[in-house]
Amino acid sequence: MDFNFTEEQDMVRDGLSRLVREQYDWETRRAAIESDAGWRPEIWAQLAELGILGMPFSEEVGGFGGGAVDAMIVMEEFGKGLVVEPFVPTVVCAGGFLKHAGSEAQREEHLSAIIDGSRVFSFAYAEPRGRYNYADLETTAKKDGDGYVLNGHKAVVIGAPWASHLVVTARTGGDRRDSEGVSVFIVDKSADGITTRDYETVDGRRASEVYFENVSVPADALIGEEGAALPLIEQVTDEAIAAQCAEACGAMKVAHAMTLEYSKQRKQFGVPIGKFQVLQHRMVDMYTAYETAVSLTYLATLKLDAGEKERKRAASSAKVGVGQSARFIGQEAVQIHGGNGVTDEYAIGHYFKRLTIFESEFGSVDHHLKRHVSLA
Amino acid sequence: MNLEFTPEEQAFRDEVRAFIEANYPKHLGDVGLREDLSREDFLAWHKILGEKGWSVPAWPEQYGGTGWTPTQRYIWSEENARVNAVMPLPFGVSMVGPVIYTFGSEEQKAKHLPGIRSGDVWWCQGYSEPGAGSDLASLKTTAVRDGDHYVINGQKTWTTLAQYADWGFFLCRTDTDAAKPQEGISFILVDMKTPGVEVKPIKLLDGGYEVNETWLTDVRVPVENLVGEENKGWTYAKFLLAHERSGIAGVARSKRGVEKLREIAANEMVDGEPLIEDFEFARKVSQLEIDLAALEITELRTLAGEQAGKGPGPESSILKIKGTEIQQRLTELTLEAVGSYAAPYYHSIANDDGSNEYPVGPDYSAHAAETYFNMRKTSIYGGSNEIQRNIITKMILGL
Repeated sequence: MDFNFTEEQDMVRDGLSRLVREQYDWETRRAAIESDAGWRPEIWAQLAELGILGMPFSEEVGGFGGGAVDAMIVMEEFGKGLVVEPFVPTVVCAGGFLKHAGSEAQREEHLSAIIDGSRVFSFAYAEPRGRYNYADLETTAKKDGDGYVLNGHKAVVIGAPWASHLVVTARTGGDRRDSEGVSVFIVDKSADGITTRDYETVDGRRASEVYFENVSVPADALIGEEGAALPLIEQVTDEAIAAQCAEACGAMKVAHAMTLEYSKQRKQFGVPIGKFQVLQHRMVDMYTAYETAVSLTYLATLKLDAGEKERKRAASSAKVGVGQSARFIGQEAVQIHGGNGVTDEYAIGHYFKRLTIFESEFGSVDHHLKRHVSLA
Repeated sequence: MNLEFTPEEQAFRDEVRAFIEANYPKHLGDVGLREDLSREDFLAWHKILGEKGWSVPAWPEQYGGTGWTPTQRYIWSEENARVNAVMPLPFGVSMVGPVIYTFGSEEQKAKHLPGIRSGDVWWCQGYSEPGAGSDLASLKTTAVRDGDHYVINGQKTWTTLAQYADWGFFLCRTDTDAAKPQEGISFILVDMKTPGVEVKPIKLLDGGYEVNETWLTDVRVPVENLVGEENKGWTYAKFLLAHERSGIAGVARSKRGVEKLREIAANEMVDGEPLIEDFEFARKVSQLEIDLAALEITELRTLAGEQAGKGPGPESSILKIKGTEIQQRLTELTLEAVGSYAAPYYHSIANDDGSNEYPVGPDYSAHAAETYFNMRKTSIYGGSNEIQRNIITKMILGL
């Protein structure tokens, strides 16, 4: 057993921590998310330069030979600064699909572009009526000569306005909700027949509704085996869950620290409100919720390469426990900040909002409780 | 004991339901985000009720009240909640109005009560300050006597919808040397058009503008705008807060909210089945309904006490705590129900193509997150739920 980070990992954390502190301060972040673009490509370029975008990939594909623990470190630091840049969609999801199932040619084409920051991806998995079931697909990909033709509507595709490419799940066979017949494609977002409706999300990011109308893609757009992608999707989304749990931990840590600080500064009835025992115990419960969330995030991260059932149970455990902690800490942090907590001006409300939307990504608490039950 | 309404009360329900159906402004529809309403929208129903003589049911009849029993008023609020009505705002009707007819001068009654009843005059509340929230009595805004005027200086905050207000009622310190902070506070009515009054909007975390900072710089107010006695304002403020709390349970509105939640959950699918048939979700909706039933009967017991002549006492703090917890829980479950469509930010989407249709996700998902965020305020405002527990600790448990 070893809960220590390597020297290299400590260095990565320090470097990112400095980057977030020095270049992602609150006002700069606010200006960026309110700008037309909604993000900062120059930060992305810097992350590529620092090797962050290539960290979880092996050296033979041009990466730095890191793994899930490295992604966890990155996302925890991003969570502390509410970084909006699309590390999870691009590096963890698209990168994950390519890493696990991409052909040599596909890796050649896409991975190096991910690592050098020139290609940004978004992961289009959700559908208006599919909820959190990755197999509940109305989007279809029909064989057409050598290639496929895609039709359908993908919902709330996070980061799509910034992406040049999409990873799309679609049904190539079987009935709706069958576990067989699910396939994954990489699609150039500028392909004919793709339209998007872009919008802001309540937690400061951007997303799109993506519509596919007779979109032709070549045969090599398919990642992995046709019709057999569901286990692959579960593997990659479990990796995304671990990474986003780490992000939530970073956000919770800051939300708790801000609340503690506020309770020392804010005086009512002649004393700092942090002197009131009722608030003290509440902040203790927040601290406990944070620490247990970190533990479950470690569990999910360290089990990503374990057997399928063990991995799934760990990922669902984390999504449940971290989701519960995120809601509790977010709500209490706002409550203890009083009226200031519900303003746009105070940062705490933004942490609360990110922690709220975190729960609805890659399956809610209820969804993962059920998944955990099914794996008992 | 029984829970049945009398035949007279049933007849009353039929009467008000028919009136609402015939007269409630159709264009208001089923309002989603209240903060997006215009001034006219907020006042539309108020004005109709003013003409009917139903805008201030709880007031004594001599001042325009309807003479309804507390049970009838309860039925009235239930019937309005059925259509999700935009009710007259509380600042005039439930707050300053009762203070004026209870403690105000005859001139003040004659000048201000008609405008509150009709909805022609919009009131706002100047209580909280940046340094005086839960500890309201530590407020620092001063009113200094200068001949026939008070000169007011200070900063108020969380002044709800002050951007539309014609008049405001302000707590100001008139004696800075009083022995206790509660002494030396006065209750003063201020015309918001007076020079030196400046209202600055505060953006809330849901993206809306519902509250403001109100700055008062050398604001000269005639002394006849003092309500009651100088330095006795705290008494009036406490009187008012008790009134504010009694309506805060929001039972009727939450009942409507549960119905709506069920409709949403009947539409949302989990693995091909309606979400409402998912046991885990249905269990949570039932739990909420049970909590709401407990709150409703508790409120009815309080009403019965009122009918028997007992005023709203510290028990109203129970209604505030449980009522706001249920309102918040309702928004949580709605958020859970809409799934991924919680994320789109309504204000970045709505009407950007000029149509009334909500183009991203089902219509009912449009404000789910914004409403969840907005309703966090309810456990903070009107005396935070921590303060309510302190009140019960002291006034009921005697600790």
